[in-house]
Amino acid sequence: MHNNPQLNKNGELQHLLSIEGLRAATLRHILDTAESFLGVAEREVKKVPLLRGKAIFNLFFEPSTRTRTTFEIAAKRLSADVINLNVGTSSQSKGETLLDTVDNLAAMQADMFVVRHSQSGAAHLIARHAAPHIHVVNAGDGRHAHPTQALLDMFTIRHYKKDLTRLRVAIVGDMLHSRVARSQIHALTTLGVPEVRVIAPKTLIPTCAERMGVQIYHDMAKGLKDVDVIIMLRLQSERMRGALLPSSQEYFKYYGLTAEKLALARPDAIVMHPGPMNRGVEIESSVADGVQSVILSQVTFGIAVRMAVMSILMGNEAGGGA
Amino acid sequence: MQLPEVEELLRELAQQIRPHLTPDTVLVGIHTGGVWVAENLREQLGVKTPLGALDISFYRDDFSRIGLHPEVKPSRIPFEVEGRHIILVDDVLKTGRSIRAAMNDLFDFGRPASILLAVLVDRGGRELPIAARFVGVHLDLEDNQDIRLNRAESGQLSLSLDDAKG
Amino acid sequence: MKIHIRNGRLVDPKNHIDAQRDVFIAAGKVVAVGAMPEGFHANRVIDAAGLVICPGLVDLSARLREPGYEYKATLESEMLAAVAGGVTSLVCPPDTDPPLDEPGLVEMLKHRARSLNQARVYPLGALTQKLAGERLTEMAELHDAGCIGFSHADMPLSDTLVLMRAMQYAATFGFTVWLRPQDAYLARDGVAHDGEVASRLGLPAIPSCAESIALSAILALARETGARIHICRLSSREGIALIRAAKAEGLPVTCDIAVHHAHLSEMDIGFFDSNCHLMPPLRSQRDRDALREALVDGTVDAICSDHAPVDDDAKLLPFAEAEAGATGLELLLPLTLKWAKETGVSLSDAIAKVTAEPTRILALNNGHLGAGQPADVCIFDPEQYWKVEPRSLKSQGRNTPFLGLELQGKVRYTLVEGHVVYEGLA
Repeated sequence: MHNNPQLNKNGELQHLLSIEGLRAATLRHILDTAESFLGVAEREVKKVPLLRGKAIFNLFFEPSTRTRTTFEIAAKRLSADVINLNVGTSSQSKGETLLDTVDNLAAMQADMFVVRHSQSGAAHLIARHAAPHIHVVNAGDGRHAHPTQALLDMFTIRHYKKDLTRLRVAIVGDMLHSRVARSQIHALTTLGVPEVRVIAPKTLIPTCAERMGVQIYHDMAKGLKDVDVIIMLRLQSERMRGALLPSSQEYFKYYGLTAEKLALARPDAIVMHPGPMNRGVEIESSVADGVQSVILSQVTFGIAVRMAVMSILMGNEAGGGA
Repeated sequence: MQLPEVEELLRELAQQIRPHLTPDTVLVGIHTGGVWVAENLREQLGVKTPLGALDISFYRDDFSRIGLHPEVKPSRIPFEVEGRHIILVDDVLKTGRSIRAAMNDLFDFGRPASILLAVLVDRGGRELPIAARFVGVHLDLEDNQDIRLNRAESGQLSLSLDDAKG
Repeated sequence: MKIHIRNGRLVDPKNHIDAQRDVFIAAGKVVAVGAMPEGFHANRVIDAAGLVICPGLVDLSARLREPGYEYKATLESEMLAAVAGGVTSLVCPPDTDPPLDEPGLVEMLKHRARSLNQARVYPLGALTQKLAGERLTEMAELHDAGCIGFSHADMPLSDTLVLMRAMQYAATFGFTVWLRPQDAYLARDGVAHDGEVASRLGLPAIPSCAESIALSAILALARETGARIHICRLSSREGIALIRAAKAEGLPVTCDIAVHHAHLSEMDIGFFDSNCHLMPPLRSQRDRDALREALVDGTVDAICSDHAPVDDDAKLLPFAEAEAGATGLELLLPLTLKWAKETGVSLSDAIAKVTAEPTRILALNNGHLGAGQPADVCIFDPEQYWKVEPRSLKSQGRNTPFLGLELQGKVRYTLVEGHVVYEGLA
């Protein structure tokens, strides 16, 4: 009944709303383009003029300094104009509807919205209703998706491991509430990673999770055995209040990544985390700062990947290219 | 039309460039054809400095019309641009827009001392005030004709002509 | 006004008629079916060639949004929608604002509805005061004011002792208790079925056991109290199994489903289509198939529209924030016909699900066109396609998952008490 809302009439990417529904070739194209943007950060002039004159609006209905900052840096390195709107604190509280806010901004010559919202489906709603020339990048909607995070994670894995088709990847933590995990799983399976494991207690695994193409483990020792990539998810304190977990101590004991548990994976396994980390809850400091951790490079790669996403989208016109 | 042999053109170019080389001169090729030509010239001329390669996708002036090029390769400038004498190398010179983009790109790396342009084929049709210092051959072509540098699997370079579709 | 409806195919399930029969109406009643009575001179002749004549539809759940929610819809617009959909009797739940927990409110609503001279309105009274789940309402007084049963709408009634007492009190007078089984704790914050789709889309979910646990409790209490129960809007195969067992046991239980659940499943949410945000949620395809089977074997007695008009703004929100509900009065007939066509059910059996069966549940004597019956009639074109779009709907609610689709079955005339209250264009 529905066409893929991310694509324009030519099958090119008009919006980036979720990893689900994108072909492997599209994902690889984004990663390959990101390679070229990495070098920009090394130069004297850390900018290219590609998006000069374009206006990118960061619509963050859910506050986040880190993600917003990386999008802002990425946009500025493309020479675009960036306007930040912490909408939660302004028009929304005055009772303006989500779509009214969007319409008002479109009238201010916006070319792109980068949207973060606490509700699943918010980016899709905005993309459906925004003016045809506007591109929407989903910076995280509820529990549903965080496509740029997944892309930078794939970029990181590719950077350190080269061939994804031979890897075992383990995602550890709260899959139930995690938009990052959902997007990562789609990206990993689409790019041909043969084994994707999710390690968590039953309360944090959504119904029918295996249908997304993952193997579920409740025993972290078994789940980490011979794994090449370990992705740790952040555990939020609300989970204790929601009767999902008893305490962060028990969680850390059974599902936290310590040096001891890390040793069960392959010796050259890399450790990733989308951030921000809860040290002592999901990950031990010695591991987070250790040699196998690539967490800091994820941040660098994140800027290049977002530059690639913005460039590719802005170059695709709603009606299809010339 | 009979197209010249690329080998000959490369020899011709090298001959023209040789008197202008200094130990610090660098060659920078524009992806993709310009890089092939620059590689060859560097070998012929015995240049010791590292080879630069520029992808101008982020500096083109037609982004709004046709979007991002499907195949962007990373630029590789493994030397300081500041104060350098650079020989910029491309395969075919027509409108001059690629050269404009390449120069903007280079200037974002630093401020060169000078830039000289070497092209394998100058086919006319300039839309900007750009001129090549070293030219393999001047060819007079119709507007709708497209001349292209090709590289076979063996590494051999050749020129071909097609009538661009309207 | 004497009316002669001729050349039509009369489908009257209760009287086992599916044949070419003329219908003669006078003084608000059906005076004859088949042969013209002696001395009958019609003031109006309706030519029903190619059309089906059936009893006016009886809709077991239609929210009219008055009192209190007039910005969503008004009695005028929704009563027009009802007759445009061939519905001549409808039951409205008590969750108005204020809720129908006082005889005065019920009388006012009935009075308002009557003055519009369209469909008959049968209000359900609130089971507890303010629908707060604590204190009983004056059920006997409310019944006298016109309530045909007592319901808790979609409000939770978690205190099982209160529920039991309410059932006992209702049973004292022989009133039917209408309940939608949903455990408030398991359903908390949920907006979609707990299954593959909600997991993928990251939507807070309601497991099927929220329905089956609540339903088990209701059935056990029914057994204890002897109360007559009508279960509203079943959605799961587990729920169906429980009803089947309860009926086999001989408990006085009836149930209905919303017509949407006979067609749609969680898959239809697609890319967060908030028109598919319904309560109870659209469940898996297996659940939908079980509901369809249960309609055929009689476990599910009736189909209703569960009409709930929602203003546009309330749907133009992220899925979980959007208001639940779909407009349905005008879609009840075509969607029932569609179900019948897809499952091979006869036209007569299909129409029974929205006429004779609801009437039986309401313990009323209408829902059929025997001689002497009030002339509540629906005449429709079973073949005609029409597109579901805002301008073809009379309801103020445009919120339907079927927006943009073409459905078959167009109402041409609706009569209530022998008056033509709706005449649609061909």
